[in-house]
Amino acid sequence: MIDVKHLTKSYKGLPVVDDLSFNVTQGQSVALWGPNGAGKTTILRCLLGLISHQGHITIDGYDTKQVAEKTRSFIGYVPQESNLYGNLTVNETLALSCRLRKIPLTRAREITTSLNLDGLGKKRVKELSGGMRQKLAIGISLLSNPPILLLDEPSSSLDLATQHQITSLLQSIKRPDRSFILTSHRVQEVEALADRVIALDNGRKTQDCPAREFASSLGLQTWLQITLPPHQCAPAQTRLEAAGFDAQQLSGGVLLNLPSNQRAAALSFLHNARFDVLDFEVRQ
Amino acid sequence: MTNQLERVPNLRRFNFFNYSAIVIACKVIHEGRRDRWFWSFAGGFTLLAVAITTTTSQNKTFGSIRGFGPTAASLVALVHLLITLMALTLGARQLSSERESNTLAFLLSQPVSRSNVLWGTFIGHVATMSASVFLGFGAAGIFSTIRGNSTDALLLLRLTGLTCLLVAAMVALGVLISTATQKSSSALGFSVSVWFLMVFLGDLGLMAATVTTQLSAKTLLLLALLNPTEAFRITAVVSLGGSIDALGPAGTYAIDTFGAGIIGLTLGVLILWIAVALGLSLMIFSRRDLA
Repeated sequence: MIDVKHLTKSYKGLPVVDDLSFNVTQGQSVALWGPNGAGKTTILRCLLGLISHQGHITIDGYDTKQVAEKTRSFIGYVPQESNLYGNLTVNETLALSCRLRKIPLTRAREITTSLNLDGLGKKRVKELSGGMRQKLAIGISLLSNPPILLLDEPSSSLDLATQHQITSLLQSIKRPDRSFILTSHRVQEVEALADRVIALDNGRKTQDCPAREFASSLGLQTWLQITLPPHQCAPAQTRLEAAGFDAQQLSGGVLLNLPSNQRAAALSFLHNARFDVLDFEVRQ
Repeated sequence: MTNQLERVPNLRRFNFFNYSAIVIACKVIHEGRRDRWFWSFAGGFTLLAVAITTTTSQNKTFGSIRGFGPTAASLVALVHLLITLMALTLGARQLSSERESNTLAFLLSQPVSRSNVLWGTFIGHVATMSASVFLGFGAAGIFSTIRGNSTDALLLLRLTGLTCLLVAAMVALGVLISTATQKSSSALGFSVSVWFLMVFLGDLGLMAATVTTQLSAKTLLLLALLNPTEAFRITAVVSLGGSIDALGPAGTYAIDTFGAGIIGLTLGVLILWIAVALGLSLMIFSRRDLA
């Protein structure tokens, strides 16, 4: 679906992306992970044909340098921060995108309904909250039902609650025939949305692994605080330790130190052992 | 929800070039309607156009918009000063401010070519500005008629048409400035400098050069034709039946050499300015990174 070969991009002689090659198959979700300045956004801009570069990018067999318009018709793009026209209303923004993509305006109505943006049609984009603007950007990216979505840190500028909403929304639009390329420096987001992670540092690929192995490969540990009825705290800690978890007893539950991909396993273990999990909290 | 999202709309096959440019032009016109900057310019122009007809109509001898009288001359001067500034700054602001606010990335992430974005921006601004020209001259014509002065509608239409051509040349130049600069503030500053150079320094510079270096009338005309605002002034004066004395030695030389063909020459200069400015804009814009 997407084939990137020897992609190199430099600004004023300094390489931002350095001889990067990867491919993304149909339906695959790939996260480009790395710190700020690792070259994640630059890669997405190269894929969109917004910036010149060395190397080759083909999308569904089409070279982005030769037929950028054609390749962009396969792509829906959700930027890091809103790039929509603040003075246009939500309806006008959707209509503009429909016209540019040559799709019927009825599609805009379907999108507003499916994303719960009804009632906001006459509001100007600049009057929307950050979360709503990002929802609208996702809606616009879905208008033509593209087989590829490029998501540039889609929730990084949002508060925690809205981050969860946006992540859930993006999970709900994953499909077997739709590929995602997501940039992020949030491990939770990567784990929730990606099948595969390409880690970058100074524009170079440092790692390419399945998402489920990614957090542990980074050596990231998660604290999981589980609230239990008081009489179950001690037995739960004993059973968890016996099962190989690093667990401490708290006054109202247990605290576990575990790799981030083991959180569900710990909860599942307690559930299967018939402990009553009242609540839980994750801390990175 | 996903069921609805999974409905695949029919992607109709269009000629991308024209259609996308028109969509973008409509967007620019729509934005212009909500732009205070544009309305203050358009309002100012209309008020001044009406004020000129009012002031000159105090004197019945000069008040009519018939032939190239003081009213028409003042309207030409108004266009020369104000419309050039309006068109240049509006054109210069567009792409650079879109680049700053990231909306250009939104447009270019759609299946739209850069040439369409450029064409759409140009067409949109020319249409918006032309509407304000029609508004200003229309109001002036109506006002003049209401006051009981004779108004030559054809002359007014001719002046409007010429002004729209000047608008196109200035917008094209503005778009060129916009593509060549990084920030909207630089684009705005540069466009004001270009306006000052063309409208004031061009005129005064030519006069000074004539006095100090004794330029021939032919050279003077050539230099004047390099300036699109001067080309407009020559076209307006000649095509509206004005006296060639108003054009100085260069004008006399032009009329002597080219006769009525001078209008074709000056119109050609304006069209050449549009073509060259848009060609250069496209060359810069299509090679420029959208970082």
